[in-house]
Amino acid sequence: MNKLSWFNTVSLTLGFAFLYIPMIILIIFSFNESKLVTVWAGFSTKWYGELVQNEAFLDAAWVTLRVAVFSSTLATILGTAAAYVLVRGGRFFGRTLFSGMIYAPLVMPEVITGLSLLLLFIGIGLDRGILTIVLAHTTFSMCFVSVVVSSRLVTFDQSLEEAALDLGCSSAQAFRLVTLPIIAPAVVSGWLLAFTLSLDDLVIASFTSGPSATTLPIKIFSAVRLGVSPEINALSTLMIAVVTVGVITASLVTKRAMMRQKQDEQAAARTE
Amino acid sequence: MRRAFLIAIPYVWLLALFLVPFFIVLKISLSDTDLAIPPYTPTLDLSAGWVGIREFFSQLDLENFIWLTEDDLYWKAYLSSVKIALISTIFTLIVGYPIAYAMARAPEEWRPTLMMLVILPFWTSFLIRVYAWMGILSNEGYLNQLLLWTGIISTPLTILNTNTAVYIGIVYTYLPFMILPIYSSLERMDGSLIEAAEDLGCSRLQAFWLVTIPLSRPGIIAGCFLVMIPVIGEFVIPSLLGGSGTLMIGKVLWEEFFSNRDWPVASAVAVVLLLILVIPIVLFQRNQQKQTEAEQ
Repeated sequence: MNKLSWFNTVSLTLGFAFLYIPMIILIIFSFNESKLVTVWAGFSTKWYGELVQNEAFLDAAWVTLRVAVFSSTLATILGTAAAYVLVRGGRFFGRTLFSGMIYAPLVMPEVITGLSLLLLFIGIGLDRGILTIVLAHTTFSMCFVSVVVSSRLVTFDQSLEEAALDLGCSSAQAFRLVTLPIIAPAVVSGWLLAFTLSLDDLVIASFTSGPSATTLPIKIFSAVRLGVSPEINALSTLMIAVVTVGVITASLVTKRAMMRQKQDEQAAARTE
Repeated sequence: MRRAFLIAIPYVWLLALFLVPFFIVLKISLSDTDLAIPPYTPTLDLSAGWVGIREFFSQLDLENFIWLTEDDLYWKAYLSSVKIALISTIFTLIVGYPIAYAMARAPEEWRPTLMMLVILPFWTSFLIRVYAWMGILSNEGYLNQLLLWTGIISTPLTILNTNTAVYIGIVYTYLPFMILPIYSSLERMDGSLIEAAEDLGCSRLQAFWLVTIPLSRPGIIAGCFLVMIPVIGEFVIPSLLGGSGTLMIGKVLWEEFFSNRDWPVASAVAVVLLLILVIPIVLFQRNQQKQTEAEQ
């Protein structure tokens, strides 16, 4: 099983070609001179120049960034707490309802989540703006964070926590000094997931945003409805570049952290 | 004390921002449409206490729901959403399974890179990935240019704004959701089982059909649900790639709310959509639970 058979090679090649060619075409044509997106007229970076001067896009990008930072941070705190409660909390009243509310938003159609949150915000008289988008994004992304963190909590050795408690830690200290460092990679990837979910969201943001706060996806969507444009291609290329760099850095960092953890564990095993 | 606090905060948050909003949707779906702001008359008045509740039930009419059954638009939209979701899930499985299979058979040192290559598009904006296909599939698009240039066709094909484009968009954007669960169940599979089957006289195809497929079934089921459930309520793909003939309930709900400003009907559409989704969601959760139990 060291070499791939021709069938497997073909399916991997075709599969990755299918996944990547559309994005590669998009990136190539963002450097197109012509206004007509489908006709190549020479290399140019003018659409990037126009993009930087487009204030509507810059404003929307700033709103999106603030929403994403706030909502992903809040979602990470709430999601980690929820994961801890689900995995370590034992039995408590309404546990089934709680775990149902954690898993349901993962598969809930966005139109329903968006509509129901909007009706809630109107019902309690909350003005729609950045705050309402942050609340909405926090609610659905905390569930993703909690799934990521709880999968890490399930696999790690609970006796480490018990040892810390035996050695005189309070339960808060045990969490801060033992549990948190171990689940940290999962918490970080949960935060990253929440952050990109928030950056990405169009439907829920459209329902919960007001005229004062337009996010980048809303802006892109209304521009894209009119057809393909080189400016949007340039914007997409920038977003793809940011995400690619982010994901690769994050995976290298977690890989290093995991290797260090493994080394520490091995060293600890030797000294025993 | 601290434990109670830790439980209460996420619990109350989800109750207030996830569960309560559904009851509001349910309540508004039972209200009457009105030309006011907000555009409905509530029929349930809780401030009037017991009398209000009794009055609500005595006057309860499901007019918005009856409206949904009377106008063909809605049930056609539900039906076609389910149909599009089923067909595109099958396509995604057909495209995704060989990729997941090849990944699980690839040399071990490649696998993290291959995983990353599958996950990377998932982190890129959904909207951008759908948008990328608009340039490819349009009449003057890259696909038609290529086909005309190679002489396969003589007149451009109309793909954008048809259901075909919707299927392509769904398969493309949801492919990682299908690949990852199948890959993780195939990766855990013991390769010697195939060898045993072949030693016992199975052909390679038989071994695949009788051993590999059944062992990867939890992954297939999880992948299919992960694709099908969100696709039923999909909005972005039908509105960018689909045409006027593409009926999907997510789009209908959106238009009912934003264009017609008919909140009670939009809410009723949401309630029915949720009822349709309850069955697959429960089945999905049961499948996941069984799997976690099997792992423990």
